[in-house]
Amino acid sequence: MTRPTSIRRRLFYQLAIVAAVLSLAFVMVVRGVASRAAEGTQDDILAASATAIADSLSSEQGEVTLELPYSALSMLGTINEDRVFYRVTVEGETLTGYPDLPVSNLPTRIDTPAFSTEFYRGDEVRLSSILRRVSNTATGSRVVVTVAQTRSGLAAITQRITITATGVGLLFFLLATTLSLLAANSALRPLRRMTGAVTRRGPSDLRPVTAETPAELAPLVDALNSFMARLRSSLSRTEDLITEAAHRVRTPLATVRTQAEVTHRKLNKPEHKQAIRDMIRAIDESSRSAGQILDHAMVTFRADSLALDPLDLVALTTETCDRLAPTADLKDIAFVRRLPAGPVTFKGDGIMLQAALHNILDNAIKYSPEDSDITIRIDVSSDIKLSIEDQGWGFGDADLTSLTNRYSRGSNVGDVVGSGLGLTIADEVARAHGGTLELSHSMEGQGACVSLILPYV
Amino acid sequence: MRYLLIEDNHKLAGAVVERLQLDGHAVDHADRLDAASACMDVADYDLILLDIMLPDGDGRDFLQRQRRAEKRTPVIVITARSAVSDRISLLDLGADDYITKPFDFAELEARCRAVLRRQGGVADNQKVFEGTVLNLTTGELQFGDSSTNLRNRELRLLEVFFGAPNQVFSKSHLIDRMFSLSDEASENAIEVYVARLRKRLEGSGARIETVRGLGYRMIAA
Ligand SMILES: Nc1ncnc2c1ncn2[C@@H]1O[C@H](COP(=O)(O)OP(=O)(O)O)[C@@H](O)[C@H]1O
Ligand SMILES: [Mg+2]
Repeated sequence: MTRPTSIRRRLFYQLAIVAAVLSLAFVMVVRGVASRAAEGTQDDILAASATAIADSLSSEQGEVTLELPYSALSMLGTINEDRVFYRVTVEGETLTGYPDLPVSNLPTRIDTPAFSTEFYRGDEVRLSSILRRVSNTATGSRVVVTVAQTRSGLAAITQRITITATGVGLLFFLLATTLSLLAANSALRPLRRMTGAVTRRGPSDLRPVTAETPAELAPLVDALNSFMARLRSSLSRTEDLITEAAHRVRTPLATVRTQAEVTHRKLNKPEHKQAIRDMIRAIDESSRSAGQILDHAMVTFRADSLALDPLDLVALTTETCDRLAPTADLKDIAFVRRLPAGPVTFKGDGIMLQAALHNILDNAIKYSPEDSDITIRIDVSSDIKLSIEDQGWGFGDADLTSLTNRYSRGSNVGDVVGSGLGLTIADEVARAHGGTLELSHSMEGQGACVSLILPYV
Repeated sequence: MRYLLIEDNHKLAGAVVERLQLDGHAVDHADRLDAASACMDVADYDLILLDIMLPDGDGRDFLQRQRRAEKRTPVIVITARSAVSDRISLLDLGADDYITKPFDFAELEARCRAVLRRQGGVADNQKVFEGTVLNLTTGELQFGDSSTNLRNRELRLLEVFFGAPNQVFSKSHLIDRMFSLSDEASENAIEVYVARLRKRLEGSGARIETVRGLGYRMIAA
């Protein structure tokens, strides 16, 4: 599997590579300049030393003599513990010093030092030679003064400078990498801001993105906005279609149902009355199923991009109970509300939670006998537990895990109308909110207890 | 009670009017918003039943206008849409409640009663017989110094008797009035509720008499 390319990572790597190349170049340049500068210094001192020796040359009775000045060699000692060699030749004959000191680059002009690098006595040495003409005889003699020095001091200096330069280079590299990390992050901030603006939206928010975007992202945002516009118009067309279809189907159904009620009143024969009742039940069943199928679709759709609005579960429960109280009242069923006095805040989708609660309460009413109580509780501990307990005929020995499946109904439903989607809806809502739906037998022996268990955060 | 029904489908409107009249209500019907306004100018209604899709405008606009004018007549919306989200927006717009087509009249009546009860101004919706007062909205039964609250089915049964004292009602008629058509009800249930009402009426000026073979009626004690 290939890893998705990351603009941030690529940007960072590229910047880091540039920084590394720059650091390396810096170290090389400094090292080169430093070693050349050190070489130059050595050459200057060597030349000065050779000149000083040459200055001490004199002639005595036709012989070239030399009083080696101490200072001439001591100035070389300042560099390091390098070994110093010298050689003075008169017309090629060694006058004093190390006769085997190789001098390959003989100076050709008076007082212009010549330099060379040789290998001598196991070390690399640098030599500086100076040519003088001493007038001891009528023609005079060509005297070459050569001073040499090993180069370990030079190497030490170069090394020291290199270490420092490497340190500086490394520091630069680290600094540059850190900065490029920051730069990569900040360059991508508009992208992240835009992503945030899109992901934070509620499930039905299809307004165009207006978050400030850099010019480079404008085409993307334009494309996104036009896509959302298309989605919006297609959704609203679907919505219109559903509204229109619902209206077209439900209005005549309402007419039929009402006329059936009127007819039912006027009929006397029990078998006729029963026929009308069957008709009404069929109408109720179809209307209920249609409603629940739509509710289920709505819940599935909203679960995909869950809106997390802070809401008060107590208020939401009260509202839903109030809404269903008249329906319960028809069977003389009373809602006993054991709710906390204060609000219980929860972050979730209010519409989905109401749909869940509505279906659970609707079941409790349907599967309870007249003159009974339905108890609604909210308990807050490590979780929020919203439970609805009834005194009806309960789940019996139905398989509690399969009742939440789509279109699954218990064997104990008798002729109560239903579509088998109520608990499915409640279960999906609970799971979308990171909770569970718990089915249990009522503690007071008879009846069912259905609880929405939601995480308390 | 006096209803104003705003509904553009004439077949449905006709059936609803007839059905409400069967329970003794007065109903005016308007098929457009302007006709509704005209009705409201000349009559006072206890309740408005409002369809949301109308030919000359959205019922929601009517709701908003109603609320802005601070008219207090409760409105129950009759909608073809069942989704929870639609319902929330309707209530936000100022509807007092809503009911989805097709609807059960027992439930509609229960919702009307609940809305009126919430609103308060219901003192006049009551019937008196022999010093016994039955409030049809709150379900309060009063005589002498005593006052009790009837449960929903007791109220619906007693309402029938108070509507026509001394008249004999058959069991099957009483069942029709008392139970919603989606409930399965037996004639025994009537006996249970009549027994309860007799207990409730003990000491009042009214009592329920069994007319052998025919049914029941309410007479002076
Ligand atoms: N409060 C309850 N009491 C008894 N049985 C219940 C209750 N709630 C749900 N059930 C059982 O769970 C089944 C699935 O419920 P649900 O998904 O709401 O479908 P239905 O449309 O049948 O009510 C029901 O058919 C019924 O057998
Ligand atoms: Mg159900």
